[in-house]
Amino acid sequence: MADHKKNPMKVFMNGLITENPTFSLMLGMCPTLAITTAAMNGVGMGLATTAVLVCSNLFISLMRNIISDKIRIPAFIVIIASFVTIIDMCMKAYLPDLSASLGMYIPLIVVNCIIFARAEAFAFKNGPVASIADGLGMGLGFTWAITLLSAIRELFGNGTIFGVQIMPAAYQPMAIMTKVPGGFITLGLLLALVAAIRKAIAKHSAGKEAKA
Amino acid sequence: MSHSFFYILVSYLLVNNYVMNQFLGICPFLGVSKKLDTAAGMGMAVTFVMTLASLMTWLVKRFLLVPLELEYMQTIAFILVIAVLVQCVEMALKKISPSLYQSLGVYLPLITTNCAVLGVAIANSDAGLGLLESVVSGCCAALGFAMSMVLFAGIRERLAMTKMPAWMNGFSGALITAGLMAIAFMGFGGLLG
Amino acid sequence: MQKLAVTSSPHLRAKASTRSIMLDVCIALIPAGVAGCYWFGLRAALLIALCVGTCVASEWLYQVITKQKVTVGDFSAVVTGLLLAYNLPANAPWWIAVIGSFLAIVLVKQIFGGLGCNFMNPTLAARAILFISWGTIMASYPVASGNFVADAATGATALATINGGSVGNVTILNQFIGNCGGVLGETCKAAILLGGIYLLLRGVISWHIPVSFIATAFICYLIKDGAEIALLQVLSGGMLLGAFFMATDYVTSPVTNAGKIIFGIGCGFFLFVIRAFASYPEGCSFAILFMNVVAPLIDKLCAPKAFGEVKKHG
Repeated sequence: MADHKKNPMKVFMNGLITENPTFSLMLGMCPTLAITTAAMNGVGMGLATTAVLVCSNLFISLMRNIISDKIRIPAFIVIIASFVTIIDMCMKAYLPDLSASLGMYIPLIVVNCIIFARAEAFAFKNGPVASIADGLGMGLGFTWAITLLSAIRELFGNGTIFGVQIMPAAYQPMAIMTKVPGGFITLGLLLALVAAIRKAIAKHSAGKEAKA
Repeated sequence: MSHSFFYILVSYLLVNNYVMNQFLGICPFLGVSKKLDTAAGMGMAVTFVMTLASLMTWLVKRFLLVPLELEYMQTIAFILVIAVLVQCVEMALKKISPSLYQSLGVYLPLITTNCAVLGVAIANSDAGLGLLESVVSGCCAALGFAMSMVLFAGIRERLAMTKMPAWMNGFSGALITAGLMAIAFMGFGGLLG
Repeated sequence: MQKLAVTSSPHLRAKASTRSIMLDVCIALIPAGVAGCYWFGLRAALLIALCVGTCVASEWLYQVITKQKVTVGDFSAVVTGLLLAYNLPANAPWWIAVIGSFLAIVLVKQIFGGLGCNFMNPTLAARAILFISWGTIMASYPVASGNFVADAATGATALATINGGSVGNVTILNQFIGNCGGVLGETCKAAILLGGIYLLLRGVISWHIPVSFIATAFICYLIKDGAEIALLQVLSGGMLLGAFFMATDYVTSPVTNAGKIIFGIGCGFFLFVIRAFASYPEGCSFAILFMNVVAPLIDKLCAPKAFGEVKKHG
């Protein structure tokens, strides 16, 4: 973790790719499955989570010397819940449609384990700049992962991505993709695919090193 | 009361099951379902906490948030209530029934971040349910969670004895298994019309 | 005969090889297939061929790609293909058959390790996926015309009529010989019974699941709607096909006889619940799928040695 302190860019990339919350840490599965029926929902949920994550990471990092170890969990909860409430109210005011389609899952960002895990594992131990970078990286990593998942589900389940017709008119939408089983199965297959790609890349780079 | 107890129970067991139909409580559902007895333990602990949490959050909303016009603080208040409740349950169990604490204790800290608990509190509050309905809903939703946990663990124990390909042994396999299980639950759609 | 290498439980428990069992099931399914072709025309035969072909090809391809031993010779993919075709309306488009067969073999069966490792019946899971995805196609049933001629018209099934609790124009004879709407392999109850009896006589299946399944559903309807409707309910939709050919699947049903009876009662009860009260008119596949999910638990509760005498209160 030592070099993380020095290089915010590395911390950012870590969250975005290497330790992607969805594909590596497998955290925050409930919103990942529940709201990914349309690509727009994925973007909205991802950015809302990112906003909360950046704010809570920054705040906790700044207060890490004031908060004692014993009361850190309740302190985290209050800080995270406050930011979630703010975001929830902002979305209700400025993005009422999106807020309605995400419904209960906005207040439920409070119990998204990604935010808690980053507070505990990173922000409480690192400086504010690195913590913002971590929040941004993890948040955007979560965002692209659930946007990808929701785009796949929207494409096959509705023939569109972001509401734009992609599939030919003759395509009969596979409705199960936007329903509960489709969420579970698509995510399962996507995780397996990502793991396979990673394995192939690791094998490839190992081969290169061996040659060199 | 507009709905009978039976109606709410069937709804949360089969039709609106928190895990199989609403994607709540997925983390413990996937995380602690490899063994039947741990799944059952988690299910019991969640049932206990969710029932109590429904009661407490209702009281907090009715006698604290509404009179003080602090309804917008609902999320903060509810999650704090749940966290405190889980702590109290843990301490009380330790004192009163060490044997029960031994079997349920390990699951209790995990429950604070189980979104099903906060979920049921918010759902009850949004639906404007009365005290009794809230408690019954909380209890039934938790029983539905416990049921899917136990069924899922039964399947996973069985699958563990077969020759699944390596990539299916981890998270991916659990998700695909859960997806097929969810298909079976879709038949109950519209049951309560 | 070649034996399938199923190494760990739950495995096929009969002494006969997988291949001979599956061949028996294929033979038992022939009458229903012929009846389907008779009532719905030769497009039914094309659909059957397409499903069987895709199932076998999917199994072969998956096993070749993943460098496993190819087991298409055990006929289990053929059975899956036959049953899937029997669960489609005869006028279903070709791609429904292809997607369904592929999902049944690859998603529900092979990725869990192949025959003996899946926890859900591949045919039924695939049918449920098709049904949820393309409900209008899967629920528009052609009218039975007879003499191997296809009729372009579609009509309501008997279930749509009798689920309301009245007999209407549904007759026991028509239901029995298959002169009614429905998916291509389920309409002719006489042919299904013939196949079922063959399986029972050959010892491929035991009586426990079909009898407890059908009896439970019958009793439930007897209480709700009376004897005539109860009998018509048994003779309508996919109940008989499900009870004899799909609920009895070795891999996805309990091992012990007590477990099988509980399983059958559950199937019958949930079939009744879904047909009578849920939004889908036919509950057979979902009822069996739900009991597939419960089956490992039933096995656990009925394990004879661990728990001693089994309580028989269901």
